[in-house]
Amino acid sequence: MSQHGIKEHSHGNVPIQTRSERPRSTSVADFEPISKLQEIWRYLPIDKLRGLDADVMAEVADSDFELKLVSGVTHRYVESTDSVVGSAGLPEDRVSAAAWTNASKTLVIEIPADFSSSEASFVKLSPAGVSAKAAHLVVKVGNFANATVVLDHVGLGVLAENVEIVLGDGSQLNFVSIQQWDQGASHISSQFARLGRDSKLKHVVVSLGGDLVRVTPTAFLANQGAEVEMFGVYLADTGNYFEHRPFVDHIAKNCVSNVAYKGALQGAGAHTVWVGDVLIRESAEGTDTYELNRNLLLVDGARADSVPNLEIETGKIEGAGHASASGRFDDEQLFYLMARGVSESDARKLVVRGFLNEVIQKIGIEEIEQRLISAIELELERVGA
Amino acid sequence: MATLEIKNLHVSVNTEQGPKQILRGVDLTIRSGETHAVMGPNGSGKSTLAYSVAGHPKYEVTDGEIYLDGQNVLEMEVDERARAGLFLAMQYPVEVPGVSVSNFLRTAKTAISGEAPQLRQWVGDLKTAMNNLRMDPDFTERNVNEGFSGGEKKRHEILQLELLKPKIAILDETDSGLDVDALKIVSEGVNRAKANTDLGVLLITHYTRILRYIKPDFVHVFVAGKVAEQGGPELAERLEAEGYDRYLKASV
Repeated sequence: MSQHGIKEHSHGNVPIQTRSERPRSTSVADFEPISKLQEIWRYLPIDKLRGLDADVMAEVADSDFELKLVSGVTHRYVESTDSVVGSAGLPEDRVSAAAWTNASKTLVIEIPADFSSSEASFVKLSPAGVSAKAAHLVVKVGNFANATVVLDHVGLGVLAENVEIVLGDGSQLNFVSIQQWDQGASHISSQFARLGRDSKLKHVVVSLGGDLVRVTPTAFLANQGAEVEMFGVYLADTGNYFEHRPFVDHIAKNCVSNVAYKGALQGAGAHTVWVGDVLIRESAEGTDTYELNRNLLLVDGARADSVPNLEIETGKIEGAGHASASGRFDDEQLFYLMARGVSESDARKLVVRGFLNEVIQKIGIEEIEQRLISAIELELERVGA
Repeated sequence: MATLEIKNLHVSVNTEQGPKQILRGVDLTIRSGETHAVMGPNGSGKSTLAYSVAGHPKYEVTDGEIYLDGQNVLEMEVDERARAGLFLAMQYPVEVPGVSVSNFLRTAKTAISGEAPQLRQWVGDLKTAMNNLRMDPDFTERNVNEGFSGGEKKRHEILQLELLKPKIAILDETDSGLDVDALKIVSEGVNRAKANTDLGVLLITHYTRILRYIKPDFVHVFVAGKVAEQGGPELAERLEAEGYDRYLKASV
C-alpha cells in the first residue's frame, strides 16, 4: 500500500538526502531489509532485535494493556481497516511497517471535544514475553480538549509499536511515553503526531530500561499556529542501548517547535543515539524552531552519538537553531558547588540529578515526576553516582 | 577572631601558549571585622587572587603561602576551604541546571555546618535573608543562576554569604554590572554580615563606587600581579580622582 501517490522507489545505495523524500508505506515490502548500511539503522545492535526485524509477528493481547483512564476519556479496539488508523502518519521504516501489518487490532484512546482535566490517563503496556509482538495505538484528542496521557512500557517484552496521536483544532495534549523495561526487553516504537490548527502538544520520552529501545517520534505541524514541545530524558546503564530520533515536520505557517533531549550514561558499554531532524518546508513561513541534545558521560567506555539535522527550505522564518553537546562534568559547576562547602562526590550527585531533573520538571505531572526521580535515584545510587 | 594570611603568593595560569605568570608576590593579611579593598585596572590579577584563594583548579600556585588561622589553605581542597570559613562571591556565578536554589542553599548549609539545619529555623532564616535582599519568595524554586539577571545573580551570592556565615569573604567584583539600587541592596547585605558575624572582607573592585556603601579600612592597589600601593580609605578617593594611569605609566 502506498500513500499520497508516493510509489515504491529504490534509492539503491545512495543515502536519502532529505527527510521529505523518505518512503512512507504500510507495506513491509516497500522497505529494504534492516542493515547497518542504512542510516536509520546504522547504530542499532542487530543482535538485540529478537525478532523485531521479522515480517511476521504476533500481536499484543488485550490483557497486555492495563488502562486507568480519567472519567470522560474512552477506549475501544478497532480493526486496522478503521479510518482512524493511519490518521496521524504512516510507517517510514520496515519495523514500523511490520508492526502495522501484524497488528490487526488498534487500541483507540479518545478524548472528547472540550474535555478538560489536568489528571493523567494511564495506558500501561506489558507484553510479558520474549517473542516479538506488534501493537498499534491511537490517541485522538477532540477540538479544544485539554488532556494528559501517559503510555507506560514496563516489564519484559519484545515490542514493535506504532503510536498515533491526533490533535484536534485548539486542543492541548501532554503525552508521556515511558520506557522502563526490564533487562532482556527490546522495543521499537514509531510515534506520529498530527497537530490541528492552534493545537499544542507536549511530547515527552523517558527511557530508563531495556536492552534495545528505539523511539522515533514525529510531529507533523500541518496546520497553522500549532506548537510542539518534544522533551526526552534517558539514563543508560551497561547493557542499555537507547536510540531517540525526534522529527519535526514544519509544513504550515507560524508553527513553533522546541526539542530538548538530555541523557546520562553511567555504565561501561552503555550506548545512546540521538538524531534530531527538523524540516522546514517551503510552505512553513514564520516557523520558530529549536532543538537541543545534551549527554553527560559519567564513566569511561560509554558512547553517546548526537546528530542534529536542520533542513530549511524557506528563508522567511522566525528562528531556527540547534545545539548538541556530549561531555563529562562541567568543572565550573563542580567548582561553584565545592566553593560552597559541598564535597566533590556530593557536587557530582547534585549536578547529575539536576541535569536530568531539568527535563523531568517540564513534564508537569507531579506523580510521574516523583516516580521518575525515584527511579533515577535508585539507578544512580546503584553505581554510586 | 580569624586571620587570612597571604604571603608572597605567585600564581600562574595554563594557557594554550603555556603557563602564564599572573600573580608575582602578593602579601595581604585580613582579620575579622576588617574590610580590605583590592583595586586595580583590568588584567592586574585581582580575580586570579580571588580564585586562587578559593582553590580553582585552573590556577597554579607556584610560590608563596596562604593560611587561615594558621591552617595551610593550599593543602585543602576547594570544599575544605569553604568549610574552614572562606567564601568567594563570584563575578560570574555559573548555572546549575535542574538544581533549585532551595535545594542548593540547604545542601551548602548542611555541608558547611556538618549537619542539616533545623527546618523551622532554616525556613525563617532564609525568609528573613531574602526579604532583606528584596528577593521574591518564588526565587527559591528557580534553578541556580539559570535565567537570573545580573542583579539577581549578585543578590544570590550575597544571600549565600549571609546564610553560610563564613569567617572571611572575598567579593570578586560584586559591584560590576549593578545599577545603584541593586548596589545599595547588595552592600547592605555585606554590611549586615559584617555586623552580625564580624566578617572579614576582601573586596575586589574596579570602581570606587561600591566603597561609598561598604567602607574599607584598607585599600590596596593591584598592578601587574602585585600590590603597588596601599593605604587607608583616602587612597580610594585619590584613585577616584586620578584613575589608574599613574600606576600604569610606572609599570611600563
